[in-house]
Amino acid sequence: MNDLLTRLGEYRGEIITSIVETGYMLGNSMLAAVLVGLPLGTLLYLSRPGGPFERRWLHTVLNTYVNVVRSVPFLLFVVALIPVTRWLVGTSFGTTAASVPLAFVAAALYARFSEQTLLEVPEQTVELARSLGAGPLQLVVRFLYSEARSGLVLSLTTVTISMVSYSTIMGVVGGGGVGDFAIRYGYQTYEYDLMYTTIVLMIVAVMLIQGAGTLLARILDKRGR
Amino acid sequence: MIEFQNVAKTFLQGRSVVTALEGINLTIAENEMFGVVGESGSGKSTLLRLINHLEAPTSGTVLVGGEDLSTLPPRAQRARRRGIGMVFQQFNLLGNSTVLDNVSMPLRLQGRRGRDTAMQMLEFVHMAGHRDKHPSRLSGGEKQRVAIARALVTRPQILLADEPTSALDSGHTDEVMSVLRDVRAEFRTTIVLVSHELDVIKTSCDRAAVLEGGHLEALIDVTPPPPRERTGSYADRAREHLA
Repeated sequence: MNDLLTRLGEYRGEIITSIVETGYMLGNSMLAAVLVGLPLGTLLYLSRPGGPFERRWLHTVLNTYVNVVRSVPFLLFVVALIPVTRWLVGTSFGTTAASVPLAFVAAALYARFSEQTLLEVPEQTVELARSLGAGPLQLVVRFLYSEARSGLVLSLTTVTISMVSYSTIMGVVGGGGVGDFAIRYGYQTYEYDLMYTTIVLMIVAVMLIQGAGTLLARILDKRGR
Repeated sequence: MIEFQNVAKTFLQGRSVVTALEGINLTIAENEMFGVVGESGSGKSTLLRLINHLEAPTSGTVLVGGEDLSTLPPRAQRARRRGIGMVFQQFNLLGNSTVLDNVSMPLRLQGRRGRDTAMQMLEFVHMAGHRDKHPSRLSGGEKQRVAIARALVTRPQILLADEPTSALDSGHTDEVMSVLRDVRAEFRTTIVLVSHELDVIKTSCDRAAVLEGGHLEALIDVTPPPPRERTGSYADRAREHLA
């Protein structure tokens, strides 16, 4: 035990760096989820057959995109995306480059989750918005997001936690992060206690993220259901 | 004035065409309280939704204040719709917004602040004291009064009420109907009231259309019931009805 603590002390610098790297990748993923995924999910909801602004071709295109991104095995996706990553951020190596495939997956995941959350909003809310002469943007912001806000927070929490898991393999493109630390300093140097300690830390981190998301959702939900 | 000229409405259900309304000719006068009765599926809600153009007629014309909404571009349709208030069977309040925010919503959609007008309307429906509550903490009757305040906050000339009392028990029904009668007297609003409850129509409406299978079966001048002593509590009314 003492031995483990000593070694953790030795690796303090690396551990802190890896946590910062993971945080950076998660932050970029969440940004992509909110700024790209939520609008995509909203468009999926609005344009669906029978939806408030039915556009079948748009729905088909978006739906296909989300399905494709979600179905390619992640490791292959990272590699396949390298040209796009290089074009977007100028390099295919490092933490910023690693954020690109993560951002794509986070956006696609949150698009699907937010679409499903919006589908849970009662049809009467849409009917009300129409009867009040609300325009498309007003319908989305003042009615749908307002009523679905706790569900949107919960699904963003789920996406974030998935991203913790996805980010652990970003060592393959030099992304670093906590997972990379566990593999390189724990697994590959046969210091398994270091690896298991890292895993426990990640479990704690996930529980904290989930707890925060659940709490925020509960505070935001005034519907009393 | 609201005018239906030979209006029909059909829906596509799967591959078959369902006729909701057919051959409807009807004129509703200004400041009239007009009832629409019929069994469920008779087309009465569709008739109501044709007035604010939530549904477009398949054939025929619906004129509101002499204007045919279906000839207008979407933006203008939305603007006209804002001049027609609507209340619903399930109240359709936003559960995450306070009573005051719910009532001021129609004004905020028009880029106005609306707090003061919303408070006036809440006072009118005797709900001012509940302004900071969320709808989940209100009774059904209270929710519908808030919904009426919301429908009135833009001072519409027409108020459409789709089964406004069907989700309420009889005490709350009286409460809501009395508010609707006050609305008409105070704001000279034309009210179109859809209900399957004949008592509700009888106590409040001047005329009523009877719909059956999408056809206008009859247009009736309603005779108001003899005034009777309305006592407050549910127990009293139960005694009055059952004994």
